[in-house]
Amino acid sequence: MKQALLQVKDLSVRIGQGENAIRPVDGVSFEIRAGETFALLGESGCGKSMTALALLRLLPKPAGEIVGGSIQLAGEELLGLTERNMRGVRGGRIAMIFQEPMTSLNPVMTVGAQIAESVEQHKQLRGEPLRRRVLELLNAVGIPDVERRYQEYPHQLSGGMKQRVMIAIALAGDPDLLIADEPTTALDVTIQAQVLELIAKLQKDRGMAVLLITHDLGVVAGIADRVAVMYAGQLVEQAPRERFFTAPQHPYSRKLFAALPDSSKREQRLTVIPGSVPPLNRAFHGCRFAERCDRAWDVCRSRQPAWFQTGDGQIVRCHLADPGLSAPDEALAEATATAAPDKTAAGTPLLVVDDLKVWFPIQRGLFKRTVGHVRAVDGVSLDIPRGQTLALVGESGCGKTTVGKGILQLLQPTGGSVWFENLELTRLKGEALRSQRSQFQIIFQDPFSSMNPRMSVGDIVEEGMAAQRIGRSAAQRRERVLELLEQVGLRPEHVRRYPHEFSGGQRQRICIARALAVSPKLIVCDEPTSALDVSVQAQILNLLRDLQHSLGLSYLFITHDISVVSYLAERIAVMYLGRIVEQGPVSEILDRPRHPYTQALLSAVPSIDQAGERKVIRLQGDMPSPSNPPQGCHFHPRCPQAMAVCREIYPPVSEIGADHRLRCHLFNN
Amino acid sequence: MIKPLLLGTDALVFLLVALVVLFAVYARKREHLAAPWRDVVRSRIAVASLVVLAAYTLVGLMDSVHFRKALPMQAGQQEVQYGGDVLSVLDILLGPVRTQVETTYSAPFATHLYAKEYMLDEQGKEVRGYPRLKYGGAQLSDPEVDKWPDIRRRVLLSVLETLGVMLLIYVLFGALLARRWRKPVPVALRDIARGRCAVPWRTALGTLGAVVLLIALIANMSAAWHMLGTDKVGQDVLYQSIKSIRTGLVIGTLTTLIMLPFAVLLGMMAGYFRGWVDDVIQYLYTTLNSIPGVLLIAAAVLMMQVYMANHPEMFETMAERADMRLLFLCMILGITSWTGLCRLLRGETLKLRELDYVQAGSAFGVSGFRIMMRHLLPNLMHLVMITVVLDFSGLVLAEAVLSYVGVGVDPTTMSWGNMINRARLEMAREPIVWWSLLSAFVFMFTLVLSANLFSDVVRDAFDPRLRTER
Amino acid sequence: MIAYIVRRILYAIPVLLGVNLITFLLFFVVNSPDDVARMHLGAKRVTAESIEKWKAEHGYDLPLLYNSDKQGISSVTQTIFFDKSVRLFVFDFGSSDAGRNIGADIGQRMWPSLAIALPQFLIGLLVYVSFAMLLVFFRATYLDVSGVVLCVVLMSISALFYIIGGQYLFSKQMHLFPISGYEPGIQAWRFVVLPVVIGLISGLGASGRIYRTFFLEEIGKDYVRTARSKGVPEVTLLFRHVLRNAMIPILTGVVVVIPTLFMGSLIMESFFGIPGLGSYTIDAIHNQDFAIVRSMVFLGSALYILGLLLTDISYTLVDPRIRLS
Repeated sequence: MKQALLQVKDLSVRIGQGENAIRPVDGVSFEIRAGETFALLGESGCGKSMTALALLRLLPKPAGEIVGGSIQLAGEELLGLTERNMRGVRGGRIAMIFQEPMTSLNPVMTVGAQIAESVEQHKQLRGEPLRRRVLELLNAVGIPDVERRYQEYPHQLSGGMKQRVMIAIALAGDPDLLIADEPTTALDVTIQAQVLELIAKLQKDRGMAVLLITHDLGVVAGIADRVAVMYAGQLVEQAPRERFFTAPQHPYSRKLFAALPDSSKREQRLTVIPGSVPPLNRAFHGCRFAERCDRAWDVCRSRQPAWFQTGDGQIVRCHLADPGLSAPDEALAEATATAAPDKTAAGTPLLVVDDLKVWFPIQRGLFKRTVGHVRAVDGVSLDIPRGQTLALVGESGCGKTTVGKGILQLLQPTGGSVWFENLELTRLKGEALRSQRSQFQIIFQDPFSSMNPRMSVGDIVEEGMAAQRIGRSAAQRRERVLELLEQVGLRPEHVRRYPHEFSGGQRQRICIARALAVSPKLIVCDEPTSALDVSVQAQILNLLRDLQHSLGLSYLFITHDISVVSYLAERIAVMYLGRIVEQGPVSEILDRPRHPYTQALLSAVPSIDQAGERKVIRLQGDMPSPSNPPQGCHFHPRCPQAMAVCREIYPPVSEIGADHRLRCHLFNN
Repeated sequence: MIKPLLLGTDALVFLLVALVVLFAVYARKREHLAAPWRDVVRSRIAVASLVVLAAYTLVGLMDSVHFRKALPMQAGQQEVQYGGDVLSVLDILLGPVRTQVETTYSAPFATHLYAKEYMLDEQGKEVRGYPRLKYGGAQLSDPEVDKWPDIRRRVLLSVLETLGVMLLIYVLFGALLARRWRKPVPVALRDIARGRCAVPWRTALGTLGAVVLLIALIANMSAAWHMLGTDKVGQDVLYQSIKSIRTGLVIGTLTTLIMLPFAVLLGMMAGYFRGWVDDVIQYLYTTLNSIPGVLLIAAAVLMMQVYMANHPEMFETMAERADMRLLFLCMILGITSWTGLCRLLRGETLKLRELDYVQAGSAFGVSGFRIMMRHLLPNLMHLVMITVVLDFSGLVLAEAVLSYVGVGVDPTTMSWGNMINRARLEMAREPIVWWSLLSAFVFMFTLVLSANLFSDVVRDAFDPRLRTER
Repeated sequence: MIAYIVRRILYAIPVLLGVNLITFLLFFVVNSPDDVARMHLGAKRVTAESIEKWKAEHGYDLPLLYNSDKQGISSVTQTIFFDKSVRLFVFDFGSSDAGRNIGADIGQRMWPSLAIALPQFLIGLLVYVSFAMLLVFFRATYLDVSGVVLCVVLMSISALFYIIGGQYLFSKQMHLFPISGYEPGIQAWRFVVLPVVIGLISGLGASGRIYRTFFLEEIGKDYVRTARSKGVPEVTLLFRHVLRNAMIPILTGVVVVIPTLFMGSLIMESFFGIPGLGSYTIDAIHNQDFAIVRSMVFLGSALYILGLLLTDISYTLVDPRIRLS
């Protein structure tokens, strides 16, 4: 066993003073050995980022404070260092990269200068050697055309590139430990794969230890050597990766696995963890997970569990693992299959979109002449049968949200037609369109900005009904509001509360109730779960499924998350740069993707599946700008199988098999 | 017999009071508005400045109830004639401070005039010396001996009275709070005294004590002394300073009242509708904004002066004329000051309209006007509130400068600006006359400082992350 | 970027037109030249002839917008609007109601104004930024808190008091500087120091406080955290990262006033007897010389618009996000 590089003992952090002081980190102990990747896994708000900041003594001042414990780096106590010596540690021995590459770089300094600053700080280089070192670092993180990039500013780089620059900054001081705080959460899957691969490679080459902080089990499965699970300010389980993925011990860890949606769970309800993470400003007497744990019993509520060994280097903080206690038996009341109505006999399509185009003009020059268009959506055709779900999948910037808004006429389409039942929506104007709006609704991604913070829940849900003149009287509408709240799993007394009093998952329920209030036939779900934690995501997905079954709703489910797709959708359409490149039934696409982009997209999704090493198809570069799409097939510059014809002509639609269409020259006979 | 007189600014002042009351009732039920205000009144600084501001406001309100007194009936006169003097409730309350006018300058607590004059001595010979004041210290037979004991006696009396009054208020207050807290009265009193309550009542009562002491001093002193001296025509400087309060408040508040509807409506429309509406509104405020404020005000006020000079028949009394000018000044200040808020609201609306909940409203077919009223306005309210409070002190200060430049309030209106303006010459005298300037300074500084402190707390409470964008 | 600047320049034209229209409305429509003449002549001696005579002497004897007596182009040019307002566009200010050439007066008087305003502006920027940096460096300590309190107190005092108090203290009591007056040339400094110092103090409260919030805002951003995680010392952090980013909001308020520095400060100049444009304006207001006031309104607006333009350009220099897009 290698020597421990970093030893954290009983670390405690307090933020704020007095009654409202919260303790986001409360007695956390762990070790990281030289050269290993240690993953800290947890949901949002569990204290994992605060742990990372505390290691560098970078807690937000003056509110945050380390109130106890010790942090030893190769035997040296960091908490005892002077601020001056600590600066040598930061960047020199421990470096850190952050979640948001967009805001983590100084917007008014060139990329080169920002890296150089770090080199200067720790390597005492000046002038030409400094410059050469920076260029080396840029090369090392896989940035092409380094001479030019050196001079550029952060806003000229894509998200993935910025994160590479962040990594270069972190590497500048040759650190022994790299802390990566959700390094890929803000990035697309194909870019995420690139960045994770880069981190893994650098780690191997340099023998760095990596502390990887993430909420994504898939990412952990990909590169971690050991895993620690954090919940409500404490670690609850630590184990080597294989052990963790084959035999998680803590009920919370197990639930996290169970809550992951995937195609194997199609016809059943996902396991959910009821409730949400408890606020950290209160004192805990028992196990912190007890109130959400379905295996909790008296002891759990009265006494904090200690660490217990469960073999193979796995330790867990749960009374269930205490050999001295006899736990009640596990209740096996999960995974009840719901009887899905037979959807194969779908009748006429509810929505038919034909050649939809949404272009935004680019205005330049003296008189703001329109010199070109951002072709956000450029000829999208799709249809959704009644009672079914079509998943629209693609990376950020591919135009999928614009498709949704174009269909709902929240954006004026530039061309094409949207037939809803027997109405052409793009031709409707004013009152005619307004009166149809109850038929199709939308649920947004961000549960925080999708509700007016100044309106009570009752008013929010009622708004649509009032606008659509549904319900004869205010009293009648109120009654309906209560009904709806119950339907989405909220309580009647919530009607008077304001959005800020609810958690993310609850807010999303309110949004669903709001959409349902006008009895729509189609709901556009725009990434409704991507801002939520896995356990809460499962609750919402279950709810959406139940509602579809009971109300016969159709969904256009816009997402970048393939695992959600496989759980919920019947059909998939994959979008790239404003166009649909492949669409077909879910099983067909997921099991036998044909388009090279779909293949790459699917392979890049980190999977917790340990059996069988999957091969990631690496895509080069980023998605081009929709204002200036490449000639020929839009995908050809990144396509591993590009041919001569791909550079010339955009491929026509090829039908392969029943209901499986794609646009690729490989399949164009 | 009196005849009530409602000046233009009086009407607006009471309209404003009504609006504030209505808004308070509205905000009580709205958590997002009520909660920040609760935070505000938990701050010691805010509570102390609130008491000071309330005292000023009270003076201002009392000075806004105007009337004219009937003249004595002449023989054969059928109708009652009313004097040209417009008085307010405050004038009556101040009584001797208003009426006891000396002939010219006298220093604070002086018994003699500040300038030498020829007068007759006991023998009836004409000598040059400092004559005794008509009112200041007139009760004393030998000022040199009796002056300080008399003042000491009055101060002591005031302190005792204050203590008595404050004790009474404290107990009454304790009893009131005790009922609300459901605690016995002695416990409530102890909690207040030790500052163990959410709202810092102790600070509030302390500040109130200072205000009461001041009132007591004025009441006890003013009959016999000119506490702040007299000015060139012998008028009590204290009276002028107090009367100036209303002018300051009117300018600080009515200006905002006048400009608010424009700023809010136009700012929201520009941000929400964009396109040509936005272009027009932006053009409007860029144009207005590009004229230097003082010059636009100067130009407008000059033209108004010409207009008033040519239409003297419009005003029955001097007071009405001066009031018209004050009101006009508020309007023109409003015109020059709405652009800042308008631009701020436009920018914020541009951000808000892209938010999902506004989109959700559109997806329901909610009309543009309703979206503005239901979704945008409530989310802009905090900005409006912060601006109103923040602008207040700036406007009070602006009044002084404008009056100095000669385009402020009417020279007959009592205002700190006019006082400072006159003080400039007084400062050049030998020996200098410093008390006018000092008292204008103290009165103004107290108001502006409390307004600034208060606005700081308000801003933090409503939006800790907001910075002043100007 | 060139196109952007040209567009901003073109936008200035309608704005100036608007300003011109507003002044025209204010000065000639709200009150007719007859009213003005009557006021100047005083209520007693007003006769129709004397009004006509006054108007003829001062060039107000033309119709407002359209001269029906004249033919062709001169029916438009021989009007008050053309004579008094349109000419401003070529900075032809005409003569004042007292008969002096306004353009020449402005050319002569702007230098004393500048002598006061420019040092005050430059030193002020330096002092306020350093003061705010100091507070931010010691943020959340007693120094910071007392600095903020000082700012609030300072900004609660009217500028007039600073001037009167300053004159009293430094000139009358300590005899350090002359109370008022001005001499051109090298001797000017004796008259400049006091107004500049007083100007600096009176602006310290508001500016210091706002700059402090600008800096604090930047300090809370992610890139500062990144810089800290590199091990950058706090002072470097403030100067290299925070200051450069905070310059963007600071410039918004600062650049726009640069051209208007020519205009001087009304109260400062009138108190210190500086023969600049500020006191020129104030004298005109006191003498009700509308021709001068009108010219100054237009000049001020034109300079302000120039300031807006400079602001836009300065953004492109400071902020690469704007420069390169």
